[in-house]
Order: sequence, then C-alpha cells, then structure tokens
Amino acid sequence: MLDDFFVRAIVAGLGIAAVTGPLGCFVVWRKLAYFGDTLAHAALLGVALSLLLNVHVTLAVFVVAITVALLLLALQKRSSLSSDALLGMLSHGSLAIGLLALAFMTWVRLDLMGLLFGDLLAVSKTDIALIYAGGAFVLAAIIWAWKPLFAITVNRDLAAAEGYNVAAYDVLLMLLLAAVVAVSIKIVGVMLITSLLIIPAGAARRVSSGPFMMAVLSAVIGGLSVLGGLYASLTFNTPSGPSVVAVALVLFVLGLALPVNRFTQEQNI
Amino acid sequence: MLKRNDPLVRLTGSGICRNGRWLVRGVDLAVQSGEIVTLIGPNGSGKSTTAKMALGVLKPTEGSVTQRQGLKSAYVPQKVAIDWTLPLRVDGLMRLTQNLSDADMHAALDSTGAAHLLKREVRHLSGGEFQRVMLARAVARKPDFLVLDEPVQGVDFAGEIALYDLIKQVRDQTGCGILMVSHDLHMVMAATDQVICLNGHVCCQGTPETVAGSNAYKQLFGDRAGALALYQHHHDHQHLPDGRVQHVDGSVTDNCHPGDGHHHDGKTSMKRVAHGSFRIERDAG
Repeated sequence: MLDDFFVRAIVAGLGIAAVTGPLGCFVVWRKLAYFGDTLAHAALLGVALSLLLNVHVTLAVFVVAITVALLLLALQKRSSLSSDALLGMLSHGSLAIGLLALAFMTWVRLDLMGLLFGDLLAVSKTDIALIYAGGAFVLAAIIWAWKPLFAITVNRDLAAAEGYNVAAYDVLLMLLLAAVVAVSIKIVGVMLITSLLIIPAGAARRVSSGPFMMAVLSAVIGGLSVLGGLYASLTFNTPSGPSVVAVALVLFVLGLALPVNRFTQEQNI
Repeated sequence: MLKRNDPLVRLTGSGICRNGRWLVRGVDLAVQSGEIVTLIGPNGSGKSTTAKMALGVLKPTEGSVTQRQGLKSAYVPQKVAIDWTLPLRVDGLMRLTQNLSDADMHAALDSTGAAHLLKREVRHLSGGEFQRVMLARAVARKPDFLVLDEPVQGVDFAGEIALYDLIKQVRDQTGCGILMVSHDLHMVMAATDQVICLNGHVCCQGTPETVAGSNAYKQLFGDRAGALALYQHHHDHQHLPDGRVQHVDGSVTDNCHPGDGHHHDGKTSMKRVAHGSFRIERDAG
C-alpha cells in the first residue's frame, strides 16, 4: 500500500497534522506564531549544516532549532530589545546564514523550492517512520505534561506559585516545537510549517468548548486539510504543500461563517 | 527551609531590582499559620512584587525568602487575562492546577456564591464573578499559605463584605496563613492580624490592635458602612513626585531603606483616624 506515492503522502500528511494540531493550539494560546516561524527559518541553516557535515537532515535541523530557541531565551534575559525584534533578528539572521552556506557549497545541487515549500509527494517510507516515531513522542509528551503546560499558558505566576517548574516546561515546549519542525521540514517546507500549526488551531477555536477538545479538533481539521490539499494537488496538478495550506485556510474561513455560539453554548445550571 | 512551628514564609531584607531600579527593598515580614497579613500602599509601591516574592514566583535580588518545607500555596493573582483563543470554562479553571471531585468543586464555588457560573466561559465573567471563581479555586486547593492580590476588586459592596467574611472563615476553619494585598489604601479587612504599609519599602507595620484604640477600631471596622477607615502615617521621609525620597535632614536619595543613615528614628507609627485622606507626613523626630 505504501508503495503508492499518493498513499505515502496521505499517511505522512495525516501523521504531521495529528501532531501540529495539538501543539499548534499551544502556539496560538501563547502567541508563539512568530517563534514557530523563527524555528522554521533556522531549519534552513540546519539543512545546510547537515549537507556540510554529512549528518542526518532531521537531526541537524533539530539541533539548530534548539540552539536558536535557547539563544532566544538567553537574549531575552540580557537584552533590552523586545522579543519580536529578537525573533526577527534570529529568524532572518539564521535564514540568511543558511542561504549563504548553501551558496558556498557549490558541489551541492539543492532544490531550494523543495526546501522552502516541501514536497509531500516525494515522501519515502523512512520519512514516514520518522514522522510517526517523532510524532508519537511529541504527542505523548503533550499528554503527559498537559496540565502544567496548560496552567502555565493560562497564567504563569499562578502556575509557578502553585508548584509547577515554569522554566522547565517552557524548555519542554521549545523542544517539542523544534522536534516538529525538524520532522516536518522535508515534507511541508520552511515557509509552511507555521501555517499548519496556526490555521487548524484557529479554525478549531470557534467550534470548541474546552482546551482539550480544541486540540483534538485542530488535529482533525489539519487532517482534513491534508486530504483536501492532496486531492486538489492530484486533480489540478498544483504543488502539494501550498494546496494543503490553502485548504486549511478555506476551512478556517468556512468556520467563520458558523454562528458564534452554536457549539460552544454556555449554560447556567 | 523552615521547620514546623516556624512561620510559613519569612522575608528577610528582601528586595527586587529590575533594570537598575528597585521595585521594592528591605522587606521584612513573616506569615504564621492562621494569621492574616495585609499589605497596603499606593500604586507601584511593590505590593504585588512582595506577594510574588513570598510565593517564590520572583527570586529576590537581595535578602532572602524562606518557605516552610512542603508548603502548599494557593494564589489569586491581581490580573488574569484570558485570551479569546483560549476556550476555558469555570470548571476547567477550577481544575487548572489540581484534581478536584465534582462535590468539592461545587462546595468551593458555593461558598463564594459562584456555583451558578460552573459552565460559563471564563472570559465572559464580570470582574466580580471572576474574583469569586478565583477565590473558590484557591480555597478548593486547601492551601497552607494563601496569597490574595486584591481579592475583592470589582466585587460590589455587599459581596465585598461577604468575601471578607469568607476569607476569615477559611482562615478559621483551615488554619492557613493568608497574605493579602488590599485593593484599597483606606480599607483593611477587620480580621487582619498584621498590617504592612509599603511604598517601595516597609513604611510601617503593626497589629491593628496596637495602633488603634479599641473603641475606634470597632467604630471603624465593625461597621464598614460608616466612615472610611484610614491610616494616617507618621513618616520620617517624604516621597517626591519623581520617585526619589527626601529625608528629614533634607537630603534626597533614590531609595529609602533602613540603615541608609537618613533614618534617625527606627520606629514609625501608624495612627487610625476617622476622616481625612491618606497623607504622607514628615515626622518631626
């Protein structure tokens, strides 16, 4: 079954959506969209390093993403620049260095478009194994740490006062984001990872009455986007990554048309 | 770590400095089991910062904060902003940091008059409703140490008295220690054991009983519908509009803390009067 490229694409896409959905909720709740973008841009530097040092792409991207995340934490503590300015510097700085590194490696012929926008239709069985192994780890970590992660999201001081190690869970969330970026970079590309984190979560918000429900629905909407996008890609011969994102956006807009409190009716008892 | 019978929390000469500015400095305070300590002071005087130091949320830049071993704290922060993106109902908020049976959750919400809000979305609650829920959440935690940062903000007058009664009741029943930041400079809860007035440092502190005649105390706090309860301070220094401090000897410094050579009389006094406004006065001594 996995011998068919289209089936492989669907299996890989659904695997990614299952993880980006719940994690994307935390990205939206904590206003980390730009942070996700920064990690994705840093991923390009990771790809360049993997080619230079001849190590596995996913590993190199993961390490670079973590490094950038920790660098940001350190800079936030010392620098008086605002977070979004620091993010912008790290984001485009690592993107620029990554592109420069690729340009210097004249012996490497690289499909830059594939790197920026991914190629869901070129997924191998190894990629699928990596997505499902990494995805299972990330999902397990989210479920295990759900209560503290969510409490910290609602109010940091409250969570810290009542016994949660806020700094440790912040690092955990960064690790998980870096892992997701590393695993999905080859498939959806640098530019589109953040959209898979944010758009399904945004669409799920309007039809959710609780945080856990939103996380699950976000994964479902991500999955629907993958199915719809790949179908469109096959039918209209459009690039797969952008097609998936476009379908997610359509689902989000359709969600806007729903009456506000249809599913989230408040009740007095 | 503090042992049994020691205070729940003790701050010794604690202060927090951010970007070269002291938010609060030289705070000495201890909260015992079964004790209610109230922090009062003008805006920006370091009340919330002090409360966060006591909770261990902020690490003091100088001095020390010691909590009793295994201390279980509960916190009602001054501000909690629930974003639209966060679908959170009252029952979810009640279980935010704790596992809670339905019965316990109902009992806690009932005690603060918020039982009918159970299925409401948190961000649609009014200010007063939200405070009741937050208080219920903290009470349901059955803490040893309860920190309330302006717990009655946005609550109507009758509700305010009811919540103060509830806070006292929680203290009486569970024996927990309470550190409370008062939303109102003029008003201190009647059951308070110790009042600490902050203005970047501890201006004065003491038990209400020792600073007020017992008759005046009853008059002012027994019937809160009457005249405002006020503290009039006698200070040995004056706070200038730019935040600097002018001392009795005429010198001006950026900060004010004991032992800086400008304080001639270590004792400051607190006097309760029936009318007037909160004034900062220079002490002749």
